[in-house]
Amino acid sequence: MNTDIAEHHESAIRFVDVCKSFGTRNKRHRVLDHVNFSVPKGKTTVIAGGSGQGKSVILKLILGLLRPDSGQVLVGNRDVAAMGYKALQEVRMLFGVLFQGGALFDSLTVFENIALPLRERTKLSDDEISTKVVATLKQLGLAGHEEKYPAQLSGGMKKRVGLARALQLDPKIVLFDEPTTGLDPVMTKEIYELFTTTQQHLGYTAVIVSHDIPQIFTLADQIILINKGELDVFTDATQISRSTKPEIREFARMVMGQ
Amino acid sequence: MEINRTQQQPAVFRCLGALGDRVLYVLTDLGRMGIFLLFALIGLLKQPFRFRELMKQLGFIGAGSVTVIFFTALSSGMVLGLQGYYSLHKFGAEGMLGSAVSLTLIMELGPVLTALMVAGRAGSAMCAEIGIMRISEQIDALECMAIDPFRYLISPKFLAALISVPLLTALFDVVGILGGYLAGVKLMGVNSGSFFSGMEQSVTNHDIRLGVIKSFVFGLLVVWICTGRGYFVQKIRGAGFGAESVSKVTTQAVVLSSIAVLIFDYLLTAILL
Repeated sequence: MNTDIAEHHESAIRFVDVCKSFGTRNKRHRVLDHVNFSVPKGKTTVIAGGSGQGKSVILKLILGLLRPDSGQVLVGNRDVAAMGYKALQEVRMLFGVLFQGGALFDSLTVFENIALPLRERTKLSDDEISTKVVATLKQLGLAGHEEKYPAQLSGGMKKRVGLARALQLDPKIVLFDEPTTGLDPVMTKEIYELFTTTQQHLGYTAVIVSHDIPQIFTLADQIILINKGELDVFTDATQISRSTKPEIREFARMVMGQ
Repeated sequence: MEINRTQQQPAVFRCLGALGDRVLYVLTDLGRMGIFLLFALIGLLKQPFRFRELMKQLGFIGAGSVTVIFFTALSSGMVLGLQGYYSLHKFGAEGMLGSAVSLTLIMELGPVLTALMVAGRAGSAMCAEIGIMRISEQIDALECMAIDPFRYLISPKFLAALISVPLLTALFDVVGILGGYLAGVKLMGVNSGSFFSGMEQSVTNHDIRLGVIKSFVFGLLVVWICTGRGYFVQKIRGAGFGAESVSKVTTQAVVLSSIAVLIFDYLLTAILL
């Protein structure tokens, strides 16, 4: 396991010996098996792997939506797994999340969706909220769509609205769950550009779970491959083909042509 | 990586294991629903209170149910009037019709049928709405934004149901008595004065109080079970996944809340009568 990046940078998130299983008492399926890794602050970590390998589980563990069977999930120095409700709410304020399907509230308009975290979590006036939301809409190329409902938007627009909502409270860490799934190559490129621009502008730590291999690796400062509950950490895509594990080399050959 | 412990066990242990598993599931589910109820009630006290959402839910659960309650009450009252007339006529006691219709409606049919109608109309919609929000990660999104989903989503529905169901029950009682009056007095020729005086003499504050208590409890049961099943749609065994799970859980919520209303109707009558 290569942890160069994590060792040289302060960690935003750290998994320490984390196990997580699902299923009934008699038939357990272990998704994460004594997993250890760090997400360096201000950098982009890409988590890749096949379907059902536990990529989204990692995101849910980070957010405290799931609790590990054993081990620690540290955000800063605080163990999310051992937190009470109030402390968890405080930690969640550090995060922005772009969900796979956008997770937009379908009974709210685009404007109301983006304004929601500001209305619920800040004391800004309606005018201040309106100014901030309009500016974000303009920045993300969504001006003129304020009054539309999520069902009236294309897949790419939903992702952009989801990103706009995720960035409203100036998060320190942004989690992206399959940000380009279901998008055409043009829209995928657009989302990547948007990601690069917003990260440069806001300086957040990014964790991206994606199937979009090898394109997604161009954004990564650290790559985590997940396979059968075990993780391998790499600093760039070229390292993957030089792995000591034959199955990882095979993965690099098949998916990345290396 | 799968760990399967059942393969080498004798059949008797597998049966006992399955039974224990089932019992544990039911207990876990009951515990989950109990905590859900507690959080939903605590959510009512949390600030900022969503007054606009409460008004929206009052419109949906309350005002939106007026038509169905009106016609159900009218037909139930008319049937009671006719049935009551034929039964009482045999003993020459038609004058008791007002008393029989009003007591039946205020203590039993009003609260029960109102709750069943609200479960079928609004309860199913609430369950499906919250279930869809759960499977499309909208509730996860609320939690990730540190917004309490109980305060934001569930508690306004609870309060709206606790206000609406007793009011709809009162409407049911009035319209039902009107239906009984139309069938008994206008169709069958029972004396109007004896219909109303019989009602006035027999209905006491205790009867009305029983009806009001029942309507509160039934309103709570319906909104609790329907929103709770939707909220835990992914944890309900055998419900499947995606749209199928929402449809199955919605059916289950309406059936469970209807059965709960009927069971609690008996319990409350036995305790409070």
